[in-house]
Amino acid sequence: MGVHQDINKVTDSSLPFLDDDTPAAYKGFVKGDWNKEVDVRNFIQLNYTPYEGGKDFLAGPTKATTKLWDQVLELMKEENKKGVLDADTEVVSSITSHGPGYLNKDLEKVVGFQTDAPLKRSLQPYGGLKMAIAALESNGYEISKETAEIFKKHRKTHNDGVFDVYTPEIRAARSAGIVTGLPDAYGRGRIIGDYRRVALYGITRLLEDKKAQKASLDGNVLTEDVMRLREELSEQTRALQELLEMGKAYGFDISRPAENAQEAFQWLYLGYLAAIKEQNGAAMSLGRTSTFLDIYIQRDLDAGLINEEQAQELMDHFVMKLRMVRFMRTPEYNELFSGDPVWVTEAIGGMGIDGRTLVTKSSFRVLQTLVNLGPAPEPNLTVLWSEFMPKGFKDFCSEISIETSSVQYENDDLMRRYWGDDYGIACCVSAMAIGKQMQFFGARANLAKALLYAINGGVDEKTGKQIGPRLRAYTGDVLVWDELEPLYDQMMDWIAKVYVDALNCIHYSHDKYNYERIEMALHDRDILRTMACGIAGLSVVADSISAIKNAKVKVIRNEAGLAVDYEIEGDFPTFGNNDDSVDSIAENLVKKFMGKIRNQTFYRDAMPTQSILTITSNVVYGKKTGSTPDGRKAGEPFAPGANPMHGRDKKGAVASMKSLCKLPYEDSQDGISYTFSIVPNALGNDEAERIENMSNLLDGYMHDMGHHINVNVFNRETLEDAMEHPELYPQLTVRVSGYAVNFIKLTREQQLDVINRTFHGQR
Amino acid sequence: MEDIEGYVHSVETGGSVDGPGLRYIVFVSGCPLRCLYCHNPDTMKMKRGEKTSAYKLLKDVASYRTYFQTGGGGLTVSGGEPLAQPQFLKTLLWGAKQMGVHTAVDTSGYLGKKVDEELMDLIDLFLLDIKSWVPATYKHVTGVEVEPTLEFAKRLAAEKKEVWVRFVLVPGLTDAQENIEGIAKFVSELGNVTRVDVLPFHKMGENKWDELGMKYQLNDTEAPSHEQTEAARDTFRKYGLNVH
Repeated sequence: MGVHQDINKVTDSSLPFLDDDTPAAYKGFVKGDWNKEVDVRNFIQLNYTPYEGGKDFLAGPTKATTKLWDQVLELMKEENKKGVLDADTEVVSSITSHGPGYLNKDLEKVVGFQTDAPLKRSLQPYGGLKMAIAALESNGYEISKETAEIFKKHRKTHNDGVFDVYTPEIRAARSAGIVTGLPDAYGRGRIIGDYRRVALYGITRLLEDKKAQKASLDGNVLTEDVMRLREELSEQTRALQELLEMGKAYGFDISRPAENAQEAFQWLYLGYLAAIKEQNGAAMSLGRTSTFLDIYIQRDLDAGLINEEQAQELMDHFVMKLRMVRFMRTPEYNELFSGDPVWVTEAIGGMGIDGRTLVTKSSFRVLQTLVNLGPAPEPNLTVLWSEFMPKGFKDFCSEISIETSSVQYENDDLMRRYWGDDYGIACCVSAMAIGKQMQFFGARANLAKALLYAINGGVDEKTGKQIGPRLRAYTGDVLVWDELEPLYDQMMDWIAKVYVDALNCIHYSHDKYNYERIEMALHDRDILRTMACGIAGLSVVADSISAIKNAKVKVIRNEAGLAVDYEIEGDFPTFGNNDDSVDSIAENLVKKFMGKIRNQTFYRDAMPTQSILTITSNVVYGKKTGSTPDGRKAGEPFAPGANPMHGRDKKGAVASMKSLCKLPYEDSQDGISYTFSIVPNALGNDEAERIENMSNLLDGYMHDMGHHINVNVFNRETLEDAMEHPELYPQLTVRVSGYAVNFIKLTREQQLDVINRTFHGQR
Repeated sequence: MEDIEGYVHSVETGGSVDGPGLRYIVFVSGCPLRCLYCHNPDTMKMKRGEKTSAYKLLKDVASYRTYFQTGGGGLTVSGGEPLAQPQFLKTLLWGAKQMGVHTAVDTSGYLGKKVDEELMDLIDLFLLDIKSWVPATYKHVTGVEVEPTLEFAKRLAAEKKEVWVRFVLVPGLTDAQENIEGIAKFVSELGNVTRVDVLPFHKMGENKWDELGMKYQLNDTEAPSHEQTEAARDTFRKYGLNVH
């Protein structure tokens, strides 16, 4: 009596005069549409508690956490020595293929492994048998004869299917490397199941929903589309039943909704675990779970069932599991995407469309795992940055970035307009509304190589083979843009077509032979599919065109008359210096190629998008591309993603950001990736200044509608690594009060000097 | 104010250690000092820079306003010696003030007399490099006298202009206690110095001297240890100064 309640927070179960029929799992939650439909966003909106404060409430690791993590570190040490700790060579992985696996059953608050032991890799041949065998062999394992026999004789794989459909033209383009990294021999990934649904609804309810979805199709004319969807819904139903079985094997009844925070973590994780047992996709992202989970934590905290230490422990144990996801991969795959990546991407923070922040205490807790467990590449923690987020959270992000270099940022103010306020990020930069959207992953086309094809009339500059269409070659000794442009335009027309042809073949086959049953079971019936195309070599082409227009670029031909190198006389503006004359070239290229992509026809009526993203494959793309008219020599790496070329950004970080911000998201809706590296001393003289400056840099970049930024603030180890692998650190800048130098341009002695000075008094 | 050309070595758009917040830094060329430890010897000769229009630079500065807004940053003119091209400096700073952008000038103070009333009004913050206190040391380090710098410091104090003082600690050259203590005492009595940066010597500019065919005299000099640097900072702290 006399206490004023927040009218939006009053729940039926708190009012003694109402008949309360709320099931135990939903006690204390505000009811809404989510009770009638599968609608996780509605549940979040009605029940989450925005948090505007700072990091003071956070807890360190519990004893159990430290003990478990030490155990994991031991295992990982052994794994690093051997490459692979253990691998299954016989049992084909499925949701129920392996019995329960534990690390230390008594201490683990969240349990479950892909196989029956931690870090033991599963066998997943549905994407392609050859790849599965090669992955095992390269690590010293041999597939069991019986299993290999089944996939050779009785069960066709995705890889088999694609190559049955491919045209000779696609095969040629593929092996020349003008389109590369295509998911035609392995799982495509980049699909995010709404794993939160498992916790919020339980399997029984989700099965009912699928049943209703199938029934809703009953009156339809049985076109190919409808038949396919009916079959898929049946597959999804079966997958959910298997998930239920897997839960039982671990001793959980996940037929019902989660009733407390620990169950919410566990149920959600089991959903994700089912997905990674069934698919070794190129990226197996998690979605946007921390604010959802916060609702359960907050309910338990309010009820006095747990304290902050226990809440953090749940998060730490959950993240520990996510750090232990493993797939068998081949050396070729690792060449493209080194470092055993899984892209367990978790999207954190952002703003709601009603203006409230989606930052909760659990947005802090998930970042705090980088403190409690130390830095790690996985899960791929991705902050959805908004200028309007609370300062306390911004500064905590900056602090964690500076300490760990383990966080990436994407522009929520930009993406919210496209995808609403319940989207996640698949892989690195691909936004999708959770449970309502998926993408057909499409790797990327090499636009730099296409420029060389334009000069050489479709003949490959490395092999001398005719790969592209037999167009007129450029015959002049000096490149003149007005003459080259129409040739390049035609070559881009060709590559757009052959590229989209390849993607259509791939996804047609993947749907048939390696369908993501459980991930799609955690989606709505009707979803938006995007065809996620991509480009590599943007800054190479922009600078090449700038050189052709502003300097004198002479063609050097070999005996066969093939243009193989270029000689440049004079200066030319380069991308990454906030210079409109060249930035507009990059901008127009993005628009132009997207236009050519849009002109194609897409499997399952997918909506075409493109990314400017290479991950670490910029090195491989460079290897496969001859010398370019910007002065880049044959085999030298491209810049990663949409980055300016190495050493050509001469006006500092903000100028580069400005150039990046000019690339249109409208024409790159699958993301524009920028990698930014800096040493702590260049960010400010002390920690407070660095945090402030980092937050300011991010605010400025996002305000200008930059899409994505990888933030690297290098510590000693990374600088030492940069000395060994300078190609991976194109932008590492050393500021010495008043002037800046590029780290990789210093001599070895000077690099050591920087390391010693930067880390003086530490370590 | 009319456009004017000046000699510019380079610009840096993500500066965060030359004044508050994120800064656009113009490094002009030309400097009357010949500091032995200079890490930008390529900015010593004015003509080595590129003739650049002040308006063109200002146009570029204008495109970074959002970054200044979020971070309380602005424009810093460094070098080289900005006061060696006073009219060019004035035009740049006037333009910045027209845009409402914070201004800072990084100077040795040797050419302080070139700062007229109009220029003084355009500068929000001085980054004043006091390279030494002992006159003989100053002369040895820079090739010029210390007096003009100290006179200028006093004038800035009289006019109540905000100043950050910078001092480069070079073992065997500027690290005598008398030298450090002298600056600390002097600076603490001025009343307008809101911050002191003690910068440890480094050899990052060494290869530039070689490239320019100039003789570098500090090949054998080591960077100060963390303890040495902290000790120098403590000397400044002893006088109640805000030291970074």
